Amino acid sequence: MAEASYPEDLLYHPEHDWARIDDGDPALATLGITWYAQDALGEVVFFDPPAPGTEVHKDEPYAEVESVKAVSDVVAPFTGEIVEVNESLVDDPGAINEDPYGAGWLVKVRISDPSEREQLLDADAYSAILV
Amino acid sequence: MSAPSTGAPRRTPLYERHLEAGAKIVEFAGWDMPVEYPTGVRAEHMAVRESCGIFDVSHMGQIETVGPQSLQLLQRLLSNDVSKVPVGGAQYSVLCNERGGVLDDLFSYQIDPGRYLTVTNAASHERDLAWFQAHSASEGFTAHVRDRVGDYAMLAVQGPLSREIVQAVSDAPLPERMTAAMRRLSGIEVLVCGTGYTGEDGVELLLDPIDAPALWDELCHRGAVPAGLAARDTLRLEACYHLYGNDLSEQRNPIEAGLGWCCEEQTGFIGSDAVAAAREQGPAQMLVAFRLEGPGIARQGNQVVGGGVVTSGTLSPSLGVGIGLAYVPAERSSVGSRLEIDVRGKIRRAVVEAKPLYRKGP
Repeated sequence: MAEASYPEDLLYHPEHDWARIDDGDPALATLGITWYAQDALGEVVFFDPPAPGTEVHKDEPYAEVESVKAVSDVVAPFTGEIVEVNESLVDDPGAINEDPYGAGWLVKVRISDPSEREQLLDADAYSAILV
Repeated sequence: MSAPSTGAPRRTPLYERHLEAGAKIVEFAGWDMPVEYPTGVRAEHMAVRESCGIFDVSHMGQIETVGPQSLQLLQRLLSNDVSKVPVGGAQYSVLCNERGGVLDDLFSYQIDPGRYLTVTNAASHERDLAWFQAHSASEGFTAHVRDRVGDYAMLAVQGPLSREIVQAVSDAPLPERMTAAMRRLSGIEVLVCGTGYTGEDGVELLLDPIDAPALWDELCHRGAVPAGLAARDTLRLEACYHLYGNDLSEQRNPIEAGLGWCCEEQTGFIGSDAVAAAREQGPAQMLVAFRLEGPGIARQGNQVVGGGVVTSGTLSPSLGVGIGLAYVPAERSSVGSRLEIDVRGKIRRAVVEAKPLYRKGP
């Protein structure tokens, strides 16, 4: 998508990641990178997904996305276990640019400490750190 | 004029054009340069492969060498046999220190009898200039070395349609590959050089900075697609052209870099004894081109398992796989050799490929 956007229904990590808490399951979150992150990186050409079952730790890298120019760590906004990865990105990593909050989601995580969400930012607070 | 080593980055005469086009600007070697335009690096890359791209490379430096002994001075400084460059000719060479380490890689043009223009890399320009001047003075050559950085804007127009596009605005036939000549393009005085850094046919244009925006606009209007430094890098890497600071450095000699072809030791250039010794002994490591066999992208600094290091790496837009250049032990440098590269903790398998990695189809 060409224009910056930060949906209101997401939680944001200052390292330019988002999390969407599942409507029916508060311990399940979908993770991805923000519009700002994909724009800074440029066209994403490679995503090497971690394996389901991998433990991730809040504030630590759990995956890498790469553009032609650079590789960027993706930081976990929550501690937990990866339960699903977006395999379609292996063939179509450009979805991370085209639809970072939709088809460009990276992984789903079973959250081990739901209280960590208190440390994340809402859309307004995240937008404020980008200025 | 000289590039300041500190302070605000310099801007080329086309800076406003890049901003208007929505380019992402990065600082490169002390200059604010467009890294890519909104269409993205892959589209820019393919435009150069399939039609015509235009690059602002005005950050590159120029050194003019004139005087009765300009040839003798350059013969002492440059690795190639400069006496073979006719008036209107171009030549690639490296600049070596006494130990044969590479200080820069350069294109030199004899633009008038006894008058040479040498194009330097932006990051090396000041050092190159000081080297030229120091040796001109200390060795007593009757030659004058002039810093011409800032006197020229430089555009690279590259791709299969580039000559057609530039020819349409030229007052005379364009110079052939590896030659240079003054032409009027859209009425503007331009030194047109049949050289480039993309593996495609094309021209490089040196002109008064004041005229650069008008010529840029005219060539874009005629179909040249603006392309940034990111595409310049993927294109040169597919073509296996060296990038100084990545694949060449003072710690590497031209033999191990695969540049023995542009070294004529019998001319007695500075470092020629060391280069001759390296050629005689055979280098311990060689710079090879590689292609990854699976997914992933090796990057500069990644270690080769068992010895060696990646000096440039990217995803090849033309080939769709990870490619790069790496110094590897000589015994593993032959085409077809298998390599393992430690890409941030993951071992990626690669194979040594013939250069260039990308070759134009029939």
